[in-house]
Amino acid sequence: MLNTYDYPEFDYQQSAEQQSGELKRHPVVIIGAGPIGLTAALECANQGIPVVVLDDNNTVSIGSRAVCYAKRPLEIWDRLGVASPMVEKGISWQVGKVFFKEKLAYQFDLLPEQGHKMPAMINLQQYYLEEYMVNECERQELIDLRWKHKLLSISQNHDIATLVIETPDGVFNMEAQWVIACDGANSDTRKMLGGDFSGQFFQDRFLIADVVMKNDFPTERWFWFDPVFHKNQSALLHKQSDDVWRIDFQLGWDADPEGAKKPENVIPLLKQMLGDDCEFELEWVSVYQFACRRMDKFRYGRVLFAGDSAHQVSPFGARGANTGVQDIDNLGWKLKLNLDGKAPIELLDSYSEERVFAADDNLMNSTRSTDFITPKSKSSRVFRDAVLQLAEKHEFARPLVNSGRLSTPTPYLQSSLNSEDEDAFSSCMAPGTNCADAPITVSGHSSWLLNHLGGQFKLLIINEDAAHSVEQGGVKADVLKLGTDFDDTERLVSQRYDGEQGAVYLIRPDQHVAARWRKFDEAKIKAAIAKACCQH
Amino acid sequence: MSLQLQTNIAKPDSFYNRLIDMQRDLSEEEVQMMNAKLILLLSNHIGEEEVLFEAMDLAKP
Repeated sequence: MLNTYDYPEFDYQQSAEQQSGELKRHPVVIIGAGPIGLTAALECANQGIPVVVLDDNNTVSIGSRAVCYAKRPLEIWDRLGVASPMVEKGISWQVGKVFFKEKLAYQFDLLPEQGHKMPAMINLQQYYLEEYMVNECERQELIDLRWKHKLLSISQNHDIATLVIETPDGVFNMEAQWVIACDGANSDTRKMLGGDFSGQFFQDRFLIADVVMKNDFPTERWFWFDPVFHKNQSALLHKQSDDVWRIDFQLGWDADPEGAKKPENVIPLLKQMLGDDCEFELEWVSVYQFACRRMDKFRYGRVLFAGDSAHQVSPFGARGANTGVQDIDNLGWKLKLNLDGKAPIELLDSYSEERVFAADDNLMNSTRSTDFITPKSKSSRVFRDAVLQLAEKHEFARPLVNSGRLSTPTPYLQSSLNSEDEDAFSSCMAPGTNCADAPITVSGHSSWLLNHLGGQFKLLIINEDAAHSVEQGGVKADVLKLGTDFDDTERLVSQRYDGEQGAVYLIRPDQHVAARWRKFDEAKIKAAIAKACCQH
Repeated sequence: MSLQLQTNIAKPDSFYNRLIDMQRDLSEEEVQMMNAKLILLLSNHIGEEEVLFEAMDLAKP
């Protein structure tokens, strides 16, 4: 098989603590250096928390695996300083076509709203994404990346988790105030803690292949239901960087997963799809069965689960890695406040509350897509095909076609950290919603709103005169004021935040709205900060 | 609005006759597909979720 990518090999190094045999207590230890673990490391460092990352391997993801990254995770990575190489290397796309048998059933355009720094969606092989994050982690003094460190067991009491770690130099112990388990769908950490992980397994298998080819296919997402080249199943074609294409084939439940992976079986399938004239080479092939399930809660004592270790969805809609990154966005500032003694452990329960809510939304969406793509009964298949036939001619049926609803953030509208609206506002940007980006001008230079929010609590002041920073229980919210700190050149901040009549937003460190008012009122802001930090 | 359960079709015999006629000479598979399309077309025409859900509940065995 071909190689467009050279997998880096990271050096194992014995840690000082293992060498000296001294038992060290760390504020945060992360298990797993995949996309979520690496994001967690960068987020902790960004919050000023020294962090150790353990990974039992010493390279990046083998094969492209997660491919599509949506705007919100890109915004988070931008805050952590790693988005630009991703966007530069990644492929931006916005048109999707859905075919039924040999015909185009319909096409959609993501039509991203203008005036956002990050694109709606990029495609990028997971190994590039990880490589860029490893590079950034290595630049950060607060991050201690340790390869070839395998977690053997974990025990915990009320305050501390003790980890037993194996390296090429033997076994040693570490202590951690908090552990973030980012060790994937087959999480060993979860098994060690007896974590409940239940849901639905789908009786179907999919073959995914990275194929290298040069051709003039447009940069679009193509999805086939029941194509002539692969009868009764579905297929997907999606472009990645370096002329690598991701191709998915539904195989059905009876397929032999080992046999299906063999080049002598994959290549004829690809030839039928791409045509005999298309020259291509296989780079990577994998077969998987997927499940839609989650843990009952994402905090087990001192251990917090994030990404696939906490929840697993079907791949339709790019909801796995994207939602995992948002787990970390939610978690970092809460850990920091708790470690600094400014918030009780309850704030970490709100991590579970908010992200379980988001996971359920993702699970619902991905289960719906799966039910459409792989109908469970003969009559649901008839309905599915009826929708696809009608969609060709009639606009009304097109929104019913579901080849994966693309990942968008789930607002925490019911969160216990929100302060309810007292003043009348339009519904967008309600408490619990992630902040919309907008172009702004700062000291005469073009900039973006999100680049000036986040990391810490902020007060975004729009068309309101009175404003000053507010401190509550050691938590400070600084002011970002229209007219003083930035100019709303395109008036999009006023528009997107319903600020024409004056608005004061309390923004959480994860760029989510905690509360909003029409007028500046220090007592109300203090109460809202206390609520958002679970301070009593 | 709630689901209309009083007579609403002006010529019941004509409607029913057409409904049954549609299925004549079709295979079981064709009939199933036709019925599914009919449900989707009419559902979109009705539009109101409340009415659709009420009808679904009523139709359940």
